[in-house]
Amino acid sequence: MAESLAVGTILPELVRGPIDRTTLALFAGASHDHVRLHIDSDYAHDAGMGDVFAHGMLSMAYLAQALRSWAPQDRIRRWNVRFTAITPLYATVRCTGEVLEEIEMDGERALRIAIAAFIDDGTQTLAGEALVAVA
Amino acid sequence: MIDREKHIGQASEPRTVEVERGFLRFFAEATGETDPVYFDDAAALAAGFRALPAPPTYLFSLNMAVPAKIGAVLDPVNGMGVDMSRILHGEQSFTYHRPICAGDRLTLVTTTRDIYAKKGGALEFVVQDTTAHDENGVLVAEMESVTVVRNG
Repeated sequence: MAESLAVGTILPELVRGPIDRTTLALFAGASHDHVRLHIDSDYAHDAGMGDVFAHGMLSMAYLAQALRSWAPQDRIRRWNVRFTAITPLYATVRCTGEVLEEIEMDGERALRIAIAAFIDDGTQTLAGEALVAVA
Repeated sequence: MIDREKHIGQASEPRTVEVERGFLRFFAEATGETDPVYFDDAAALAAGFRALPAPPTYLFSLNMAVPAKIGAVLDPVNGMGVDMSRILHGEQSFTYHRPICAGDRLTLVTTTRDIYAKKGGALEFVVQDTTAHDENGVLVAEMESVTVVRNG
């Protein structure tokens, strides 16, 4: 995102997955997130979750890759997401973005971008916004 | 129910963590990263970083690597003592002031900002922010996490 983009611009999607048990085991180790709901099927079942499911932060890491595909990492000023649904095993995650407006922020111009993640059946799993500085 | 009086405003002990190069590569691999900037020192330098950069969500992992005790959602002795089987991640935000790179030594402090209930207490929401300062005391990045506790 070296320059300004028109309001309403749909940014290129990024797709990751499908997420399998190995994906979750590796992400648990790499991210230091050892919450057992994501790595131990017996534990997840006993907790009433049916089976292990993906870490919200795995999808947020995918969304971060989408953000970076649109702009260099050092232009990302702040961003937030809400986790609106659980990402189940075997899901493919589709990350999307749309330019909402250009604003002035702390003496520089920035784009406000709506960001989201969806899984195969169309369920939205993450919803949020990013503020990315324009060069 | 979590004791709001006790925990709102409570700050954790400071924890120092080193950003490890090998773990950055492992994280990049585990998330299907394809950009060589996250694997290759020369590519990182060419992109203007001091060393391999931590990806945008990595502060969350650093926080998990050196978990807080005081005020922590899961800590049974010094924190809220919530059972791990009852938590979900509700919201997450990041604010950046300068890049985090391999070799950095950061000091993290986590503070509980709010605890509120919905659905008659069936769900509780714990809002915590974490700051990361470098060895010179400069604020590098901040994040806010909302943990959902299922009481039902």
